[in-house]
Amino acid sequence: MHYVSQILPSLISGTGMTLSIFFWTIIIAIPLGILVGLGMTTNFKPLTWLINIYVWLMRGTPLLLQLIFVFYGLPIIGVVFQRYDAALFAFILNYTAYFAEIFRGGLQAIPEGQYESARVLRLTNWQTLRKIVIPQVVKIVLPSIGNEVINLVKDSSLVYVIGLGDLLRAGNVAMARDVTLIPMLLVGVIYLLLTAVCTLVLKRMEKHYSYWR
Amino acid sequence: MLELKGITKKFGGKTILDNIDLTVEDGKILTIVGPSGAGKTTLLRCISGLASVDAGQFLLDGKAFDPATNRDNAAVIGVVFQDYQLFPNLTVRQNVTLAPTMVLKQAKQDANEEADRLLTQLNLRDKADLFPYELSGGQKQRVAIVRALAMHPKLLCYDEPTSALDPDLRREVQQIIVKLRDEGITQIVVTHDIPFAEAIADQMLRVEPKD
Repeated sequence: MHYVSQILPSLISGTGMTLSIFFWTIIIAIPLGILVGLGMTTNFKPLTWLINIYVWLMRGTPLLLQLIFVFYGLPIIGVVFQRYDAALFAFILNYTAYFAEIFRGGLQAIPEGQYESARVLRLTNWQTLRKIVIPQVVKIVLPSIGNEVINLVKDSSLVYVIGLGDLLRAGNVAMARDVTLIPMLLVGVIYLLLTAVCTLVLKRMEKHYSYWR
Repeated sequence: MLELKGITKKFGGKTILDNIDLTVEDGKILTIVGPSGAGKTTLLRCISGLASVDAGQFLLDGKAFDPATNRDNAAVIGVVFQDYQLFPNLTVRQNVTLAPTMVLKQAKQDANEEADRLLTQLNLRDKADLFPYELSGGQKQRVAIVRALAMHPKLLCYDEPTSALDPDLRREVQQIIVKLRDEGITQIVVTHDIPFAEAIADQMLRVEPKD
C-alpha cells in the first residue's frame, strides 16, 4: 500500500497527458470527421479522390509511424512541432480519417426518399441536413463512434514514441526502476476506469437517442 | 390549373415519356394509370420537380414554371410518397410543422394550431405526439397527407396511395381524397389500381410502356 501511494502521483500526472490527448482529439476530430465525411458523399470527383487518398494513408499505416513522421520527419521540410503539438496533430489527422469513414457510412444510410421528401417541402439543403439528416446519422453512427473513442483512450499510449510522458510511460518508468509489475497493474486498472467512464457516457447517449426508431 | 405541353423524358436514350399533353382543372382529380414501367411515377416526379424533363413546358394558371427549380411560394406542389417518407426523428406534429415554420416562416404557435386542426380533420389528433414508428401504415399515410397540406399546395400528388393498404384503408384514403376535392384541392393520383382510379377520377390518363 505504501508503494502504491508512492508511485500514484506520477501515474496520475501521466493520466493527465493521456486525457489531454484524448479530449482534444475528440473535440477536434469529430467535427472534422463530419466535414470530411460530407465531402466524401459529394459528386465533386477531385475532392472525393483527394479525401480517399488521405483516408487510405491514415488507415493504411500504423499510427505509431505517423507520430514518428510528424515529429521527426516534418522538420526535414521545415515544419517543426513541439512534442505535444506533434502528437495532437498526428492523432487528429488519424482519427479524423476513421470518423469520416463512419460518418460517410451514416450519411449513405439515409434513404434518398428523405432528401426528396424534404425537397418537395421546399426545405433548403442546410435545413434538411440540420433537422433531418444529421439527427438520423448521429443515431446510426453512435455505436461505431463509441468503438473509436474507446480505442483512442488506449491509442494515446503511443505518444511515448516521441518522448511524451503519458500513463503507460509513467508505469513503465516505475516498473524498470523498482523491478516490479505492480505499477503496470495499476496502469491497467486506470485504463479500465477510463474506458468504463467512456462506455457509460456512450450508453447514456445511445439511450438518449432511443426515443425514436 | 396545371397544363403540361409536350413533356418528354428520356433515360439513357430510352424515351419514358413521349410528348405528353395534359390539363388538370382546379379542384379536380386526375388519375394516371397504366402498367408497371409505363412511366407513371416518372411523370409524377417530373410534375413535382424531383426529375427534370428533356422537353416540354409546364404552365400553372397560364404561367410557365419549372417544377425542378421552383421554390416560389405561389406555386407549391405537395407530394405523398408511396412509402410516405415521414421523418423518423420527429413527432407527427413536428413532421407537419417543420416546413411551415422553416420555409413559410409561420410562428410556431400558428403552425401548431394549424397542424392540430389538419390532424383532427384526418382523425389523427391523438397521434400528434407519437413518432412515425408508432403508427400503422394507414396512419403514416394520413400524416404524409397532412404534412403536404400544411404547405397549402396548389396541387397534391400521390404515388401509388393504395399499394400498401388493405381494402378498408383503401376505402378510407378514397374518402379522404374525395373530401379534399370537395374542399377545392387539385389532386393527381398515380396508381395501378384501376377500380380505385375509376372511383375517384374526374379525369383519367392512361400511360403505356414505350418500346
